[in-house]
Amino acid sequence: MVKRLSVVDVNLCVGCQCCMMACNRRFGEGGIARSAIHIKSVGGVERGFIVIVCRACRDPSCLKVCPTNALTRRVGGGVVLNQSRCIGCKRCVESCTIDAIFWDESVEKPVICVHCGYCIDYCPYGVIRMEEVVENE
Amino acid sequence: MNDGLANVLHIDLSRKRFWVEERSELFDEMIGGSGAAIRLLEEECPKGADPLGPENPIVLAVGPFTGLYPIASKTVAMFKSPLTGNLGESHCGGRSPIAIRFAGYGAIVIKGSSETPIYLAIHGGKVLFRDASVIWHMANSATVGRILREKEPGSGVRSIMRIGRAGENLVSYASVVTETYRHFGRLGLGAVFGSKRLKAIVISGRRSIPVSDMKGYRETYREIFELLASAEMRKYHELGTSMNVNPLNELGALPTRNLQTSRFEHAEALSGENFARKYLGRRVACAHCPVACIHLAALREPYESEPYFYKTEMISYDYEPIYALGSMLGISTPEALLRLMDKVEVLGLDVISTGVALSWATEAQQKGIVSTKETNGLKLNWNDEEQYSKAIEYIAAQVNDFFKALGKGVAYASSVYGGEEFALSFGGNEMPGYHTGPAAHIGFLIGSRHSHLDGAGYSIDQKAVANKIILTPREIVDRIVEEEAWRQVLSSLVICFFGRGVFKPALILLAFKAIGREVSEERLKRTGENILKKKYEFKRREGFSIDSLEIPERILQTETPLGYLSRETIREGLTTAELRLNSIMTRNIPS
Ligand code: SF4
Ligand code: SF4
Ligand code: SF4
Ligand code: SF4
Repeated sequence: MVKRLSVVDVNLCVGCQCCMMACNRRFGEGGIARSAIHIKSVGGVERGFIVIVCRACRDPSCLKVCPTNALTRRVGGGVVLNQSRCIGCKRCVESCTIDAIFWDESVEKPVICVHCGYCIDYCPYGVIRMEEVVENE
Repeated sequence: MNDGLANVLHIDLSRKRFWVEERSELFDEMIGGSGAAIRLLEEECPKGADPLGPENPIVLAVGPFTGLYPIASKTVAMFKSPLTGNLGESHCGGRSPIAIRFAGYGAIVIKGSSETPIYLAIHGGKVLFRDASVIWHMANSATVGRILREKEPGSGVRSIMRIGRAGENLVSYASVVTETYRHFGRLGLGAVFGSKRLKAIVISGRRSIPVSDMKGYRETYREIFELLASAEMRKYHELGTSMNVNPLNELGALPTRNLQTSRFEHAEALSGENFARKYLGRRVACAHCPVACIHLAALREPYESEPYFYKTEMISYDYEPIYALGSMLGISTPEALLRLMDKVEVLGLDVISTGVALSWATEAQQKGIVSTKETNGLKLNWNDEEQYSKAIEYIAAQVNDFFKALGKGVAYASSVYGGEEFALSFGGNEMPGYHTGPAAHIGFLIGSRHSHLDGAGYSIDQKAVANKIILTPREIVDRIVEEEAWRQVLSSLVICFFGRGVFKPALILLAFKAIGREVSEERLKRTGENILKKKYEFKRREGFSIDSLEIPERILQTETPLGYLSRETIREGLTTAELRLNSIMTRNIPS
C-alpha cells in the first residue's frame, strides 16, 4: 500500500524542528540545507506553529510548470525529481501554493518531500504520520 | 575538516566592519561553548576593562554537537559583567545556537560601540549594520521582536536577540531576550548590548553539517534521541521546572519575603501543578530539543475601559521567576505573579536579580532605611502587586538615585543605603531560589558565575536531606568543584543542563566518534578542569578573591532543611575552596 506523509494535528507541535533535522539526515549529514519539511511559528511561538511539507497532490501544479519534465508523478501523490533533467529554474518553487518546495543552494536544485517517512520517528509529539493512500480515489 | 565550527565572526561596531577568522586549534582544545568563549574573552577583554565601555567584548559561542545532535541547544555568552564587575557568563536556548551554527559560525565576537542605535542582521555570510533608531526606546521588547520578524528574512531558521528598556538604560542586570521566551538572563548582558547601542541581533542560516561516518552518526543520533524520550526527561515537559515549588516549600527551602522565612503559605497557588491545571496554554521547545520544557501560561484579562474586551497574553513561567517575583515578594495569586513576570520580560530585566532587589527594597522600607522620598512615592509591601509593578518600571526607567542604585544590584544599593545584613548578594550576583543548606550557599559564593547552576550545591543538599547525612565543608567543596568542572564540558558542548543525565561521558565519546573525532574520557575531564581554571584566572585577573567574599547575614538567620547555618561552616567551605582552586590553578593541565 502506498503512503504519504500527513499532518495529524498541528496544535500538538512544539516547534522543536527535530523533523527538519531528521529529514536532512537522510543524506547522512546534520543541518537543514536539504530538509524537505519546514517548521515556523505563526508570527511568534506563542501562537503555535505551521508545518510546511509537500501534501502529495494528486494533480501537482509543480509538475505542470516544469519545462524539462524533471518532475514526474509519484505513485500515491506528489512528485519525483530527476536531478539530471532539472535546470534549476525555480518555476516549481513558485507554483507550489503552500511553499512546500525548498531550495538546495549547494546544487541549485529543489528539495521536495519524497514521502519516505524517515522523519515521523523523530517527531516526539505525534504531529506527523504516514497515511495510506487509496490508489484509485 | 572545518564544518564551520572553527569560524569566528568578528564584528567591530565602532568601525562597522566584520571579518572571519579560522580557529581550529581553539575548538580542538577548548571544545566550543564555554571553553571557546573563555579563551576568546581572555584574548579580547583588556584587563580592568569598563564593562560598559567599547572595549568590553560580547562573545557568543556554540559547540561541535550543535545542529548535529539533539539538546546541544544553548548559546554561551561571555562578557565582563556590569553587575559583578567580573566574569559574565549566561546561557540561552531558543533558536540562537542553531542559527549561529547554520549561519556558518562557531563563535561571534562583538566589540566597539555604535554612535547611533543599530541592530545587526547576520544572514549566513552577510553581516549588515542596520539603523535601529525607530525601535530604540520602544517600550515593549516583544514589539521589537514582532517588527524584526516582519522586516528580516529567515522565518523558522533565525534567532532574534534583543534588549528592552532596561538594557538601553544600562541597568546592571538587564537581560537579552531571544524568541520572546528565552533569555541571556543573568549578569547583565543586556546592559552591555545597551552600552554599545546594539538593540538586537537577527541571525539566520540554513547550512548542512557533513560527518565522516554517516551510518554511525545516524545510529548514535537514534540512541540519544531515544534516551531523551525517557521518563526521567519527561518531567521537564510535563510540569517543567515549576514542579519544584511544592517540594522545596515542604522541605522549608523556598526563600520567602527576602528569606525572612523559607516556607510560603501560598506556595500551592503558585505551584507547577496549579499553573498546569489552570493556566498552561502551550509548551514549546528550543530548536533541536525534543524535551520542550518551555511552559506558557495563558492569561485572559479584560480591558478596563471597555466592557467585553479581552486580551490573552502568553507568559512563560519557570521555577526561578516564581521564586523571585512570587514567594520573595509574598505574591499570593498566579494572576498577579504572571503580570509581574510579563512586565519583567517586556522591559528586559533579569527576573532573579529584579525579585531579589525588590524584596531587599521592601524590607529596607519597612525597617525605615529608605522612605517614600527614595522610593519615588512607592510604599513597598509584600503582596502589593501594584506597587511592585511600578517599582519594576522605575528600575528599568532609572527614575531617581535610589532606583539607579537598585539597578546596580543589592550589594551596591545596600552599600549606599545600609541593610547589608539582608542583601542577598553572592559575589555581586543576586541569590537563586534555593535555601537548601550549606552546599547551596557555598556554591553561590564560589561558583564562577555565582549561580546555582555552577556546581549545583542545592542538589547536594537535597540528597543529604534525603539520606539523612551531614557532609563536611570539605566534602561539599569537593563535590561542587568536581561538578562544576564536569559542567564545563557540557556547556562547551552547549548541551542543555537538563540533558546532563543522558550525556554521560561514554555517550559523549560515542557521539564524537560518529562525527570523526576520537576523544578519551580522561581528556574530556581534563578539558573541563582546564576551562574552569581559565575562568578563575580571568576572575582573579579582574580582582576576584574568595577571601573577600561577603556572607549575607540573612542566610544564617533563617533555618534550612539541614538546620541553621553557621558562619564558621561556610567560612571553612570557602577556605577549602580557596585551596582547592589554588591546586587547580597551579596545576599544569595538559590539553
Ligand atoms: S527547478 Fe527543476 S524541477 Fe523545478 S521547475 Fe525548474 S527544472 Fe523543473
Ligand atoms: S517524509 Fe521523508 S522526505 Fe518527506 S519530510 Fe519526511 S523525511 Fe523528509
Ligand atoms: S518534530 Fe513534530 S513537534 Fe517537532 S517541530 Fe516537527 S512536527 Fe513539530
Ligand atoms: S530542555 Fe528546555 S531549555 Fe533545554 S533545550 Fe530543551 S526546550 Fe530548551
